[in-house]
Amino acid sequence: MLDVFDVSIQMVMGQVAIGLINGSFYALLSLGLAIIFGLLNIVNFAHGALYMLGAFVGWMLLHYLGIGYWLALILVPLLVGMLGIIMERFLIRKLYDVDHIYGLLLTFGIALMIQALFLNIFGVSGQRYPVPEILKGTLNLSFMYLPIYRGWVIVASAIVCLSTWYLIERTKLGSYLRAATENPELVQAFGIRVPILITLTYGAGVALAAFAGMMAAPVYQVSPVMGVDIVIIVFAIVVIGGMGSISGAIVAGFGLGVVEGLTRVFYPEASSVVIFVVMAIVLLVRPSGLFGKAA
Amino acid sequence: MNDPLLDVQNLTARYGESQVVHDASFHVNQGEVVTLIGRNGAGKTTTLRAIMGVLRTREGSIRFGGNDISSLSSDQIARRGIGYVPEERGIFSSLTVKENLMLPPVVSDKAMPLDEIYSLFPNIQERLSSQGTNLSGGEQQMLAMARILRTGAHFLLLDEPTEGLAPIIIDAIADVIKVLKARGTTILLVEQNSRFASQLADRHYVFQDGTIVKEFTNQEVLDNPTQVERYLSVEVVQEEEGSDA
Repeated sequence: MLDVFDVSIQMVMGQVAIGLINGSFYALLSLGLAIIFGLLNIVNFAHGALYMLGAFVGWMLLHYLGIGYWLALILVPLLVGMLGIIMERFLIRKLYDVDHIYGLLLTFGIALMIQALFLNIFGVSGQRYPVPEILKGTLNLSFMYLPIYRGWVIVASAIVCLSTWYLIERTKLGSYLRAATENPELVQAFGIRVPILITLTYGAGVALAAFAGMMAAPVYQVSPVMGVDIVIIVFAIVVIGGMGSISGAIVAGFGLGVVEGLTRVFYPEASSVVIFVVMAIVLLVRPSGLFGKAA
Repeated sequence: MNDPLLDVQNLTARYGESQVVHDASFHVNQGEVVTLIGRNGAGKTTTLRAIMGVLRTREGSIRFGGNDISSLSSDQIARRGIGYVPEERGIFSSLTVKENLMLPPVVSDKAMPLDEIYSLFPNIQERLSSQGTNLSGGEQQMLAMARILRTGAHFLLLDEPTEGLAPIIIDAIADVIKVLKARGTTILLVEQNSRFASQLADRHYVFQDGTIVKEFTNQEVLDNPTQVERYLSVEVVQEEEGSDA
């Protein structure tokens, strides 16, 4: 079949690898969006800007404070996650009793403000973030040379995604989160402080976005607009996986990264829209998403 | 006689503009089983939600153990030892039976140990790893009650535990409530089934159109069941309304 398209197995495997790298970022971002949507019922439009903020905070830690990649990988999610907690506590919380569209508008406004702030300071041109020393070089996979850092992105993202899945699906804290996603009122009437759970969940979702941004800094240019396109793709992925579904977000994130890569091999012109085509088909055939529960 | 464990005075509760409960006053003494009995829409469930703090738009005094709890949030009220079993049972579909059982935090040292819970509800132990909502209606009701007993709550709010269940399951639930009563648990039971209620309760308050219109001792109900039935039966009231017109 490959002969029909006149492509080599090397090309296919190479694009699958690139797809997995992009998919790593999609999965981290859609996972955070799905968790936030599940519990807060808010479509967090600020997600792309917070991803960008993660990359920039990492860049600033390096350039202004001399804090390197590995420490930044821990500090960036903590710092940006704390900003998320402040946003939830003082802004988003005020909108829980009104229509969900207000939450979307608020987070969209926050995204525009963060992006404008960084555009003002740094302009559109990107900043370079160096690959950490021990992850320099390439790995010979026989069908391609994979930069070690990009291999690390796939591994680290998979570990973080699976750990998050485990935390939510298999632990006591996760059972609070799942129950509160279904019926927050009743969970609170059982003696659990749901407002704190909501604040921490938003903070954790934002921290995941910032982690993705920090991981992306050495791969892409650190630019104020880096989150603008990816947030749209990630929304489509969350819809495909099923709004609020944890495993759906992870599988769809990696899966659609690969689908996008394969499209680049067989029909490159469609590679930038294939995710939206898949979204349209999923919405027609299974509106609750691949892993979503029927409403 | 000691002060009542729960003392509700002049309770008014509303959803938005519509006032569902008005000027309801009643009390529950330590160790008693008391029912709120009345037809659908009379305000019984709303009263439980108001006591639990789930419904915030309420006025009047709600005292529990001598303290005013009306300004507390529902999680604080739960931690005072009030356990809530809602009408729709509130079993979570994304949690296993075991996770449902273990969900509410333990609130006192009177918590029922797991082995005792399993001997009281043998079906639950067999289904621990099932998805919560795969249980039958009766099993879900048992799980909703077991879940609260594990927390050590000493005052239970049970909202229509028999609704939609087969007679044999209703008997099993009655047996469980008798065991709890014998252990000294205080229970406020919302019911429409007066035969079930009269097996268990010490006193009954009749709810009608959002307020309490009558109080009966259980002996009065046992001696003359029809006087309670007439408050529950839709047909009789329609006749009355007809004769008024």
